Amino acid sequence: MADDWEKGGFGLYIHWPFCEAKCPYCDFNSHVVRQIDQHAWCKAYLAELRRAAAETPGRVLRSVFFGGGTPSLMDPETVAEIIAEIRRLWPVANDLEITLEANPGSVEATRFAAYRQGGVNRISMGIQALNDTDLRRLGRLHTASEAMAAFDIARATFERVSFDLIYARQGQSLAAWEAELQQALTLAVDHLSLYQLTIEQGTAFGDRYRAGKLRDLPDEDLGADLYTLTQEICDAAGMPAYEVSNHARDGAQSRHNLIYWRYGDYIGIGPGAHGRLTLDGQRWATETYSNPKKWLDNVPLRQAEKPRNPLSPQDQASEYLLMGLRLKEGVSLSRYENLAGSPLNRAGLDDLADLGMITRSGDIITVSNQGFMILNAVISRLLDS
Amino acid sequence: MTPLSHIRNFSIVAHIDHGKSTLADRLIQSTNTVADRDMKEQMLDSMDIERERGITIKAQTVRINYTAANGEDYVLNLIDTPGHVDFAYEVSRSMRAVEGSLLVVDSTQGVEAQTLANVYHAIDADHEIVPVLNKIDLPASDCDRVAEQIEDVIGIDASGAIRVSAKTGEGIIETLESIVQNLPAPKGERDAPLKAMLVDSWYDSYLGVIVLVRIMDGVLKKGERIRMLSNNSTHHVDRIGVFRPAMTVIDELGPGEIGFLTASIKQVRDTRVGDTITHEKKGTEDALPGFKPSQPVVFCGLFPVDSAEFEELRDSIEKLALNDASFSYEMETSAALGFGFRCGFLGLLHLEVIRDRIEREYDIELITTAPSVIYHIHMKDGTMMELHNPADMPDLTLVDHLEEPRIKATILVPDDYLGDVLKLCQDRRGIQLDLTYAGSRAMVVYDLPLNEVVFDFYDRLKSVTKGYASFDYAMIGYRQDQLVKMSILVNDEPVDALSTMVHRDRAEQRGRAMVEKLKDLIPRHMFKIPIQAAIGGKVIARETLSAMRKDVTAKCYGGDATRKRKLLDKQKAGKKKMRQFGKVDIPQEAFISALKMDG
Repeated sequence: MADDWEKGGFGLYIHWPFCEAKCPYCDFNSHVVRQIDQHAWCKAYLAELRRAAAETPGRVLRSVFFGGGTPSLMDPETVAEIIAEIRRLWPVANDLEITLEANPGSVEATRFAAYRQGGVNRISMGIQALNDTDLRRLGRLHTASEAMAAFDIARATFERVSFDLIYARQGQSLAAWEAELQQALTLAVDHLSLYQLTIEQGTAFGDRYRAGKLRDLPDEDLGADLYTLTQEICDAAGMPAYEVSNHARDGAQSRHNLIYWRYGDYIGIGPGAHGRLTLDGQRWATETYSNPKKWLDNVPLRQAEKPRNPLSPQDQASEYLLMGLRLKEGVSLSRYENLAGSPLNRAGLDDLADLGMITRSGDIITVSNQGFMILNAVISRLLDS
Repeated sequence: MTPLSHIRNFSIVAHIDHGKSTLADRLIQSTNTVADRDMKEQMLDSMDIERERGITIKAQTVRINYTAANGEDYVLNLIDTPGHVDFAYEVSRSMRAVEGSLLVVDSTQGVEAQTLANVYHAIDADHEIVPVLNKIDLPASDCDRVAEQIEDVIGIDASGAIRVSAKTGEGIIETLESIVQNLPAPKGERDAPLKAMLVDSWYDSYLGVIVLVRIMDGVLKKGERIRMLSNNSTHHVDRIGVFRPAMTVIDELGPGEIGFLTASIKQVRDTRVGDTITHEKKGTEDALPGFKPSQPVVFCGLFPVDSAEFEELRDSIEKLALNDASFSYEMETSAALGFGFRCGFLGLLHLEVIRDRIEREYDIELITTAPSVIYHIHMKDGTMMELHNPADMPDLTLVDHLEEPRIKATILVPDDYLGDVLKLCQDRRGIQLDLTYAGSRAMVVYDLPLNEVVFDFYDRLKSVTKGYASFDYAMIGYRQDQLVKMSILVNDEPVDALSTMVHRDRAEQRGRAMVEKLKDLIPRHMFKIPIQAAIGGKVIARETLSAMRKDVTAKCYGGDATRKRKLLDKQKAGKKKMRQFGKVDIPQEAFISALKMDG
C-alpha cells in the first residue's frame, strides 16, 4: 500500500531567517542582523540538503519554496547553488515549482533576473497594501509606487507571480477595501494571497493590542463582511479562492502550499523550519532550532534538527482535517478514517451539514462559503468525540 | 487542677483584619506557651482556607500559663471564635463559655458592624470587656478618636483601653495583666454534679470526634461515662486534655476549666454545639440555656463539571459532613446537570468554604447553582412545605401563598456613602428600621428579604462604599410576599439549574438582567440562540445570542500544523469546563455569574 503522504506529494521548504526590519504584525521566525556571512549560510544549507536527501532517496520533488524572513536578501548565487544541489540530490517533477518570497523594494527588484537565472520560476511578493499610509502603519519599508515598479519587473522576469495583501486593517471600510482590491486585481497575474490582519501574541501589534492602543480594528461582523466581499469580487474577476486566503486562476494554484494542505510530506530546512516526513510507515513532525546562530553552529554537528516527534494516528488525522478543510476541494472521509483508525464522528457531520456549513458528496466533504468563515469552529466540531 | 480564682477565660472580639489572630499569636508567644521555633503565623487557624482568607471557622482554644506581676501563677484560656456572621450561633455559645472578652479594634479604622455584632454577643453573655486598640505602630493610628467611638457606639468605658501593637509586641504584657486584673474568675462547684458545655467539635482521623468543653460544675475524669442531655447518648471518655495549643493530655478538668475530651464518637453530628454534657449516673438534668441545633439557611446545588466524578463528589461531601454538623446534603437530579447534591449552609461564606474545600482537597471541579433560601409554601389544603430548590416548586393551583425569610441587617457606613447604601437596600426590597449616627458614620438598620442578600449583596455593598461599609445580620422570621418562580430557557429548552424565586414586581427587571448576562456569558455558537426568562408559560424577557460569524485562521502553512493541532487539543480541554444543554454549551461559571446584578 502506498504511504498516505503520496496523496499530497513531496516538497522542500527553505527558511531564510533574516529581515531588514521586523514588521509589527509578523510572528514568523525572522531576525534583524547587521552582517550576514552568505558563504557560511550557503554551506550550511547545502549540508542540510544532503542530510535530508539521505533519508528520502528517490522521492520525486514537486516544489521548492524559499520563505522567511526575507529570502530576497539572499545572494542570487546562494539561491542558485542551493537549487543546483537540489537537482543533484532528488529526482524532480517536470514542472518543478521553485518559489521565492520577495520584498517589493527597488533593491530587491534588481536581483530578480539573477534569481530567474538561478532557477526560481515563481515569485511571491509581500506588497501588503496599495497605499503609503497603510504601508507605513504595517511597518513596511517600501512605498506603493516602489511596489508597483518591482511588480512590473517581476512580471517581466518570472512566468508566475503572486502577491500578498493584508486587509481588515485598522479603520478600513468596506468601500476602501473594495477599491483597493479592484486595483490589485487589475495587477494580479495569476495568484493572490489575501490575509485578514491577525493580531499575534509576541509581536509589536500584539503588545499594542494588549495595551488597548490598537484602535479601530474591524470587529467580528465587519471582518465577516470584508471576507464575504472579498470572495464576491475575486469570483467575479475569475480569481476564486481555492483556499481560505488564497486565490488563483485555474491551474495557477501554489503547488507548494497544496502539498501542505493536501497533507503530503515536506522537508523543512533552515532555522525554525517544520517538516512532515514519513519514514518506514511512521509520519514524523520535524523542527529545527529557530535561533539562527544555534542552527548554524549545530549544522556541522548534524544537530540542527530538534529530536523528532512521532505523530500518532489521531494527530495525523487531525492535521489532515485541519489543513485539508482549508481547501475548496475538501477532504476524503476514507483517507481520514485510514489515518485515524476510526471514522469521523457522524453526529458532527450531520449537525454541520444541517447548518449548511459542510456539504457531503460521496467520500468527499467540502466546506461551504459560510463554513469557511468559521472554519475553526467547524473543525473542532468535527473532532469532538 | 487550678483553683477558680486563678483561672481567667476570655475570647477576642474583632473585625476581620483588625489583628485578632496576630494578637493571639503574640499572647501565646510572650508567655512561652509555644517554643519560638514552633511558632508559625496565625497559630490558631489551621485549615489552609482559613489561613488564606484570614477567617476562623472552628472555635479553637489555647491554654496559657502566665505568672503575673503579683507573682501568682494564672491559667488563661483563650477561645478564638469564628468571626463571621454565618456562624453567629457558634459565636454565642463560645461567648457563654468564657467570662470576659478583649475587644480588639484597629486604631486606624474604628469599629465595624461585625465587631458590633460580636460585642453584643459578649454583652449578652454578661462579659467584662477590655478594649484593646491595636496597630498603634501605624502612622494612621488615632487612639483617641477610636476610643471615643467605642464609647459612642458600643457604650462601654474605653478610657482605660490598652494600646497595643500586636506586630511589635508593644502593650502585650499590659494586656495579659489586664486580663488577670479586670476579668472575673469563673464560678463553679467542684462537688456539684458534672455540667459541661459542648463548645465545639470536629473530626480527627486518629482520635475520632474531638469535643471542646467548658466545665461549669463538677469534675470530668478520664475513663468516666458521660451523657449528652439533648439526645441522652452515652459515651466512654478515653482522653481528656487541653490545648497549648498542641493537644496535651491531662487527668481531669475541674470547674471553670476549658479543654477537650475524646470518647470514640464517630460523627460530629452526634455532638451538638451548645449541648450539656454530664455524667451518665448521678448527672444533672438541668440543661444549659440557649441550646438549639444549627439550621442551614442557604441552599444550592453542587454538581461535578465532569459527570463521571459524581461518586468522588459523594465521597468528599460525606467526609466533609463528618466534620461539619451544620452542613446538610441530599442527592439531587437536575435535567440540566445530571446527578449532584442539594446542600445546605449556614450562609454564603460557609458555602464558599465548603465548595473551595471540595475543589481543592478533592480536586473535583464543581458547578454551583443559584443559592436559594428556604421558602415556606402554604398549600390550599392548609399544609406547609419547605422549598429548598426552586425547581421543586409545586403546581401553583395548589398553592395558597408563599413566605420568605427576612433578616435584620445592620450596616455601618461613612456618611459619604449613605445614599448609595440606602438605594441598595431599597432596591433589594428593604424596609428601613433605623438610621443613627456615630460621629461621621451612619448606622443603618434594615429589614431585608434573605434571598436578596444571600447572593451578592455584600459584594455590592463593598463596591458602592469602596469597601468602607461593614455588615451584619440576624434572622427575624418569615413573611408573606408575592414570590414567583422564574425559569430560564436557552435555545427553547428550560435550564432548571438557572431557575430562581423572585418577587413578582422585580421579575421582569431580574429576568432582563439575567438574559442579558447570559448573552455575554455563553459563547457564540454556529447558530443563533434565543435566551428567555419566563414565569409559568409567559416569557418576560428575551435576548438572542447571534451566531458566530468569523472564526478562521488567516494563514496556515506547513510550519503551523503542529501549533494549530495543539491549540485544538487545548480548546477541547477548555470545552470540558462547559456543560451541554441540547446543542448549547454553557460555561461552568455562568450559573453563578448570571445572577450577579450590577445595579
